[in-house]
Amino acid sequence: MKSVKQNKDLGANTHKSVRRGNEGRISKLLQRHKVSLMASLWRLLATPYTTAMAVMVMAIAITLAGSFYVLVSNSEQLVNSLQTGKQISLFLEGGISDQQASKLAQELRANELIEQVTLITKQQALAEFKQYSGFGVALNALEGNPLPAVLQVYPKETLTEAYQLKQLMAQMQNEKAVDIAQMDMAWVTRLQSIIQIVSRVVLLLSSLLALAVVFITGNTIRSELQERHDEVVVTKLVGGTNTFICLPFLYAGFWYGFISGVLAWLIISLMLLMIDGPLGQLSLLYQSQFQLHFLTIGESALLIFSASALGIIGAFAVVSQQLRLVKPE
Amino acid sequence: MLTFDRVFKRYPDAGDALSDVSFHLDKGEMRYLTGHSGAGKSTLLKLIAMIERSSRGQLLVDGQNLGQMRDRQIPFLRRKLGLIFQDYKLLFDRTVFDNVALPLLVTGMGQYEIARRVRAALDKVGLLGKENKYPLALSGGEQQRIGIARAVVNKPAIILADEPTGNLDPELSAEIMHLFEQFKQVGVTVLIATHDIELISRFDHKILQLEHGRLINQHA
Repeated sequence: MKSVKQNKDLGANTHKSVRRGNEGRISKLLQRHKVSLMASLWRLLATPYTTAMAVMVMAIAITLAGSFYVLVSNSEQLVNSLQTGKQISLFLEGGISDQQASKLAQELRANELIEQVTLITKQQALAEFKQYSGFGVALNALEGNPLPAVLQVYPKETLTEAYQLKQLMAQMQNEKAVDIAQMDMAWVTRLQSIIQIVSRVVLLLSSLLALAVVFITGNTIRSELQERHDEVVVTKLVGGTNTFICLPFLYAGFWYGFISGVLAWLIISLMLLMIDGPLGQLSLLYQSQFQLHFLTIGESALLIFSASALGIIGAFAVVSQQLRLVKPE
Repeated sequence: MLTFDRVFKRYPDAGDALSDVSFHLDKGEMRYLTGHSGAGKSTLLKLIAMIERSSRGQLLVDGQNLGQMRDRQIPFLRRKLGLIFQDYKLLFDRTVFDNVALPLLVTGMGQYEIARRVRAALDKVGLLGKENKYPLALSGGEQQRIGIARAVVNKPAIILADEPTGNLDPELSAEIMHLFEQFKQVGVTVLIATHDIELISRFDHKILQLEHGRLINQHA
């Protein structure tokens, strides 16, 4: 036991620390966590090969899950852009002159359901066809211009329901000058349902990959726990609580997840950058406004946060179970 | 401070390691625990540190009944004890300082207070100035003294030492014994398991003698 004098000192100290209040205790706690957090990081970096192996496997799993997500979200966006770009093409009768076509366009513009009407004259249609179809030479052999003038009608954005569009289309079909009114929406709907199925599958696969990340972290932490068996035993013997012993391993799990998450983010961004160029060209060819959807700041944060959380879960699952088995002899 | 009341420890396959052990140590009392190997010395120390639980009987440490103690409470019991091991149980990937600091670190003590106390403990065992060395760079005797510094750094109420002088030459053994006597002076209860007859004859303290798990002679 401490001497009487020491006990007195102890009493005075306790008193003082109580007066100092919780502020000191909390800052001490934070300080301890910071030290522990950094110590775990240095420990990982001290064994670069082991760490790199685990992190790479995890990063690949996360990259796969992340790429699936990017793929689905881009497909969705593509389909939506097709839908919002809904337009009705009016192929005019062959005998309609450009003046008549332009007059019809003028009339249609007055319709309050219509946002915009563009006229593609016979000449323009031919020129465009020559440019993009590759049949330029063959077309030159033709006498006259077989292509009709086309009015591209863009309905107001407020027209979202299919039946409204159909009504408008029917109305225009009735115009004498119009040969065919066409709005090809069926394939968009079909594509949407296909994407729904794909995103379901992707969700399942991503869950499996997330599970893989948990297991990889768990396994890595388990071998680290075995390596540090002596340390755990000694810490228990000098009065370390299980929480105290757990903490560094949970932090290690966090770092594994966090580093893999950042790495996966980099890989995904790099892949997107690499296909952005060719995709832009393709989308130009299709005259599409489609732009590749990169990960937003929120999505990136979510990716890295989830990866870190998975790492912690993996570590926790192993440590909480294994620590009970470690008994000082 | 430390009370054994008819304590038994039975291992499933090895039979009784301790049978009907009763004794009491007051605050500031110092005793040897002797007996040939296998007599139950280590088992007795393990029961006090809750490394093992007794099979029967009552065991009080600082007024706490260990039989009723939950696993969650064990770390807090151990913080009142200073354990010294025959095989030192040092962490070889940590410096001398970090080894000695461990019992304070687990309590969440601030860095400056830890540094102050670690240096004080190292000073007591004569290792001041070797804080930044690694244990393997030191001799066996020095390693044993790191273990002792670690055991006393948190000002324990009870020191339990298992063959603390087993690897030391007579001169160092004497120094360590003097150290234990100093702790006894300030009210620490000290229990030293040893079969070093010479040591016992040089430093006269009461003896608890175990034979086949029974106490046979309390006051030799």
